[in-house]
Amino acid sequence: MHDAAVITGAHEEHHAEHPSGLKRWLFTTNHKDIGTMYLVFALAMFFVGGSMILVNRAELWEPGLQLVDPQVFNMLTTMHALVMIFGVLMPAAVGFANWMIPMMVGAPDMALPRMNNLSFWLLPFAFVLLLGTMLMPGGGPAGGWTMYPPLMLQTGAALPFVIFAVHIMGVSSVLGAINIIATILNMRAPGMTFMKLPLFVWTWLITAFLLIATMPVLAGAVTMLLTDKYFGTSFFNAAGGGDPILFQHVFWFFGHPEVYVLILPAFGIVSQILPAFSRKPLFGYTSMVYATAAIAFLSFFVWAHHMFTVGMPLAGELFFMYATMSIAVPTGVKVFNWMATMWRGSLSFETPMLFAVSFVLLFTIGGLSGLMLAITAVDFQYHDTYFVVAHFHYVLVTGTLFGLMGGAYFWLPKWTGHMYDERLGQLHFWLSVISVNVLFFPQHFLGLAGMPRRIPDYATQFTEFNQISTIGGMVFGASQLIFLYVVYKCIRGGARADDRVWEGATGLEWTLSSPPPYHSFTSAPEVR
Amino acid sequence: MKRTCTRYAFGSVVPLFAWSFLATQAARADYQLNLPRGVTETSQAVYDLHQLMLIICTVIGLIVFGVMFWAMFHHRKSRGAVPASFTHSARAEILWTAIPILILVGMAIPGTAVLIDMEDSSAADMTVKVTGYQWKWRYDYLDEGFGYFSVLDEASNRARQLNSGEDPSTVPNYLLEVDKPLVLPVGKKIKILTTASDVIHAWWVPALGWKRDAVPGFVRESWTRIKEPGIYRGQCAELCGRDHGFMPVVVHALPEPEYQAWVAEAKAEAADTPDVSREYSMAELMATGKEVYNKLCVACHQANGQGLPGAFPALAGNPLALGSLDEHVRVVMFGKAGTAMAAFGEQLNDVEMAAVVTYERNAWGNDKQRATGVASMLAPAEVQAYRDAGAP
Repeated sequence: MHDAAVITGAHEEHHAEHPSGLKRWLFTTNHKDIGTMYLVFALAMFFVGGSMILVNRAELWEPGLQLVDPQVFNMLTTMHALVMIFGVLMPAAVGFANWMIPMMVGAPDMALPRMNNLSFWLLPFAFVLLLGTMLMPGGGPAGGWTMYPPLMLQTGAALPFVIFAVHIMGVSSVLGAINIIATILNMRAPGMTFMKLPLFVWTWLITAFLLIATMPVLAGAVTMLLTDKYFGTSFFNAAGGGDPILFQHVFWFFGHPEVYVLILPAFGIVSQILPAFSRKPLFGYTSMVYATAAIAFLSFFVWAHHMFTVGMPLAGELFFMYATMSIAVPTGVKVFNWMATMWRGSLSFETPMLFAVSFVLLFTIGGLSGLMLAITAVDFQYHDTYFVVAHFHYVLVTGTLFGLMGGAYFWLPKWTGHMYDERLGQLHFWLSVISVNVLFFPQHFLGLAGMPRRIPDYATQFTEFNQISTIGGMVFGASQLIFLYVVYKCIRGGARADDRVWEGATGLEWTLSSPPPYHSFTSAPEVR
Repeated sequence: MKRTCTRYAFGSVVPLFAWSFLATQAARADYQLNLPRGVTETSQAVYDLHQLMLIICTVIGLIVFGVMFWAMFHHRKSRGAVPASFTHSARAEILWTAIPILILVGMAIPGTAVLIDMEDSSAADMTVKVTGYQWKWRYDYLDEGFGYFSVLDEASNRARQLNSGEDPSTVPNYLLEVDKPLVLPVGKKIKILTTASDVIHAWWVPALGWKRDAVPGFVRESWTRIKEPGIYRGQCAELCGRDHGFMPVVVHALPEPEYQAWVAEAKAEAADTPDVSREYSMAELMATGKEVYNKLCVACHQANGQGLPGAFPALAGNPLALGSLDEHVRVVMFGKAGTAMAAFGEQLNDVEMAAVVTYERNAWGNDKQRATGVASMLAPAEVQAYRDAGAP
């Protein structure tokens, strides 16, 4: 922290000239440029992944197959998940981290700027490989994003490309995580002690450790798939002494912490937005930090709740049930703290606040259905049905995605120097929040009534709710075009945003001009 | 702002209320909103547990929604609300840590009890082995020594083809009907062993109250005791490839005497193997072959033999069907490693095997493309030799 000023000095000389045009983006080491590229990439992938699933929702409009072959349906389901998780939610969260963490901790830039450039530019290559497999003979991967063997091993020529793409994404994530940790630990302004860090910084610090701990595990799992397919090993082949369930254990040891990788940064964003529009400090800051850490810690002990039906010993089922239920405690603490933050505040409902409030409410629905899923005995019924689909979309769409959307509206004026169009922002919000419930709420009923997930066609009694869901999906998808336009319009111009932007905003980022200078804090700010 | 909040209430709170309201209503005409009660002690215990969880979660949800909406209405800046200055309260934090823990313990106790009972498959009266295949089920009555395959019924299978032109709503039990259901007696504790031959499947009948994965190379134990005779339907619940959505599970639960009669009949049928020693005509084999093909092969290779480019090879003009008979028979019998081509040796008797191979060699103009001198037909009597030779 005492070194912050020295580092700042060095940087000023380095970046005396700014390359322009394509070179600026290819060679940039600037945290804002890289953050922007992450966010633009995520937004582009959002429409790619969304279009894929809209094809499937159209197929699910009525019983019978009208549009796509079941194999293509499975491929689109698989790709939708891979793109949304690795191409949208994670890069968007890293984009926010890049933009905001240096400004929030009072640093000029990220700690490792060249690595920062590398971790972004790996992503487009990974996604060219991944999306390119759809054009290969035999088509892209169609075994689900969880890639369970032996089914995944039936993938054709696409398999090694998918695995390599996952490796590249993993490297990108780990490099990004190292950078974020290095920045938070080393680049804080004098006086910015840990317990003064904005909650967004805290959640990302914890997320980064989760990434470093779990991405290599995923890499290991998919590498074993690769050697099973091409090098004669039998990790997952019972005939050779292996066990297909081993993959699921390894995968979900990555996969469950990954769920928190996706949601924790959104927790952080919402914890910034709610106090600003409540004009009241975040309630229970300390307990929020500890609750986040507790969630992350517990996330390593609950993986097998994704596989209750594989036939574990009773002791295992009980352990993972209790461990999973216990996560409800710190998660509840966070929700209650958010409620207490709003309680007796002075609330106003600009677009970021609308998204943040709906995050708390709808994430709660996803959290509660998660609690129901934790009860092993009933999970035997819920597992692999649309009830699960509804659950994790409430968590990841109305949770993570709404958090990210709120964050985008919250900081767009800071990033661009212009206010976004509030009327359009509100329109985007209302269309989204209504359609997303029309989309996902009926899926609870479908699951309980017995509709399995990942099926391209269904028995006729499921028709009504599928049609409602498809209508919701189409409206939700179309509504996101409004967001695209709002962002475009905001970048191009609009009312000038002042430094603080929002009346109730607090934190170092709001002391900088809007848009902020190229090197955020060239001299260390005063932190009280 | 007031209008905004009202609309918000509509967007979010209505579904929650709607659910808690509708879930208490009985199942409607042809669709349902809630978990089925089922027909076993287990499924009813699971249903009760589900209702308990649903009620607790709905109440918690309503409290959270209620507090949030109260704050949103009453603590608005536009109504002149002045922000309070409190930032934390140890008492509140302890309270909202401790109360959830108590609620969780209250959920875990019945959850544990039901689970322990579900996992106790000891002292069963009979055992059925369920094997998942891409994309069908096989049921083996281990105590009686017979078994059979169970595949999607033909009416559903026709209607579910891409742009089939048939209206699924005219097909009774569309996608939930099979040719031969699993038949079980009521009132008996039945141990169900699940396993698979190719990839992971999951055997699920909601009315029994559970599902269990079928894992290749491993056997999992579950059990059920059905209380009422009836027909209970379910589906494969684990993504298992292209036709995952088309391998239903149908259970016919019969009273003990009727079940015994069925067993006697099924045993006799299993013992009745076709005569392979006699000579079969080409027309005979082609007719049987077409039947077998349309049941087992059509999903991938398609009725016109064109396959699905990239995913599943065409059989029309396929070098295998035009070339060596030996190689052709081996692929059908033992499958092709590393592809979705399964081994059909076990499911087809000698006549069916000979018929389907013959059909593939002569349908779709293959008979005209084949070089002279290459075998066009496989006689049922020859099949046993291939079985004895084993996988290549």
